[in-house]
Amino acid sequence: MFEQYIEIFLGFLKAFAVGGLICMIAQIVINFTDLTAGKILVMFMLLGVAFQGLGLYQYLVDFAGAGATVPISGFGYLLANGAIKGAEMGWFGAFTGALSAASAGISAAVIFSYIMALIFKSRTKKN
Amino acid sequence: MQTVFFKNKPRIIATGTIAGPKECAGVVGKYVDKTLTDDRFGESTYEKAECKMLTYAISRAIENANEKEENVDLLISGDLLNQIISASFAARDFDFPFLGVYSACSTLSESFALAAMLINAGYYQKIVAATGSHFSSAERQYRYPLELGNTRPPQSQWTVTGAGGALIAKEGSRVAITSATLGKVVDFGITDVNNMGAAMAPAAADTILNHLRDTGRSADYYDLIITGDLGALGSRIVKDLVWEKGVDIQKNHVDCGEIIYNVVEDEFQGGSGAGCSAVVFNSYIYDKLRKKEINRVLLAATGALLSTVSSGQGESIPCISHAVSIENV
Amino acid sequence: MTGKNRQNYNKNYIAYVNSFDPPTQHFKNCFRAFLVGGLICCIGQFIRYMLEGVAGLSGDELAGATSIVLIFLGTLLTGLGVYDRIGRNAGAGSIVPITGFANSVASPAIEFKTEGMVYGMAAKMFIVAGPIIVFGVLAGTAVGLIYLLL
Repeated sequence: MFEQYIEIFLGFLKAFAVGGLICMIAQIVINFTDLTAGKILVMFMLLGVAFQGLGLYQYLVDFAGAGATVPISGFGYLLANGAIKGAEMGWFGAFTGALSAASAGISAAVIFSYIMALIFKSRTKKN
Repeated sequence: MQTVFFKNKPRIIATGTIAGPKECAGVVGKYVDKTLTDDRFGESTYEKAECKMLTYAISRAIENANEKEENVDLLISGDLLNQIISASFAARDFDFPFLGVYSACSTLSESFALAAMLINAGYYQKIVAATGSHFSSAERQYRYPLELGNTRPPQSQWTVTGAGGALIAKEGSRVAITSATLGKVVDFGITDVNNMGAAMAPAAADTILNHLRDTGRSADYYDLIITGDLGALGSRIVKDLVWEKGVDIQKNHVDCGEIIYNVVEDEFQGGSGAGCSAVVFNSYIYDKLRKKEINRVLLAATGALLSTVSSGQGESIPCISHAVSIENV
Repeated sequence: MTGKNRQNYNKNYIAYVNSFDPPTQHFKNCFRAFLVGGLICCIGQFIRYMLEGVAGLSGDELAGATSIVLIFLGTLLTGLGVYDRIGRNAGAGSIVPITGFANSVASPAIEFKTEGMVYGMAAKMFIVAGPIIVFGVLAGTAVGLIYLLL
């Protein structure tokens, strides 16, 4: 029982450390290069694709759980993973695999954004 | 010779201003005609609010002059939005001709210069020159959606929510426009769209120096040399640039962008936008001129003539500054 | 000023302007990014545990459901006008997690609905996040095709 709690605590700790570290690396890149938010997102997503393409990101996911899947590089991991799994089924799978794996995220983003756009209005900021 | 002199000395007989809550917390709060508590001004979009503010400033300027709308001959106005929609749409509500101008944030001094020329020449009797801007509509057009969670770089400025207009006529007050220096487009190769102050400072310096050279005046002649929206950083640069040419404006230079906000945190450089000089000059500075607390002012508002397309294509930012000298006579 | 002379002047001026740049507060920025990014990932981990324990999900389904919940939270905070406040202080800490992706989709959707539901809200929904999907699909499919050929 006690060991189970320790395991959960370690899970949080690992997620915090790895997720925080990825964000910190992104911040260091921003500090030194003036890249805008959109470019940072693309860059980290592509890094996720590349690492999973080499089969490395899976280790990080197994180790840190949400710490590796929640940052945008996890989205890249998902795309690459889907494509690789699809490729095992043949050329059609290789073609559709990436987007089908990411479909949950994209659908959620579209649907919830649509709902929020119906409900809310943008507001001016104080500073 | 870039400067024209107005023998007949067209007068600024009244002004009308309106500003948002953030602006009114600062120095202009006591002087504006209307303070907005809701920066949407009861409209459904920010663009409509900007247009309504401009309409308000125009009619308030006419009202403050105890004039009637039918006596006004012309409206000279412009704003920051694409195809200057705020100005054109505001002009829709008035029954006099409209001359749309665009000179980014220096629209106010350009309008003043044009109005003074037309009145000095005797073509028109009464002209309203007005401009305005809105933080949210500018942010939407030039930058990102309001709710996007990005960080503001330390050089960035805050577009002023506000509008100001002035009624310029042949006679009716002591505050006169005595000369105008139309500026050249100056580009020193700044490409960082967040660093407008540094991009615009050379244009301001160029126009101020040319004005002083053409008029043969020294910088001390003016009680105030006002730039539009250079911000804290741009103000330092413009002082340095004119100092290099042997002119000292340390004592009497004031930047509307720098003074408009109570800067609580040193996170940004101050105000910007067409509304910045429009609000500050037409309320605060005009009031001081009326009360004779200051007598000679050089208003050199600066504008960055860029668009999102040009900066997307990697172009640097060409800038302009028009100056008008305004004196108690 | 034209030609070479002007270019030299430009270089001098730009160097002069850059000398005014306030020093970037590396430590503060990075610490905040680390803290906020880590916290968002912890929330993700919490959702994972909950979905695993309560709903009994596992594998891809679990990962997908976690993303959906986080994206919902991201869009909701965007709608409430809170997310950009976090972003102003946290920098990359709130941009890089999937909630930042949700924010970059929801914010233009909310912003541009004034230009109509079709050409405003729907057409501009991906003005910030579009590149992620474009390059994601390109890179993902490239990886798939490479694996197919190997």
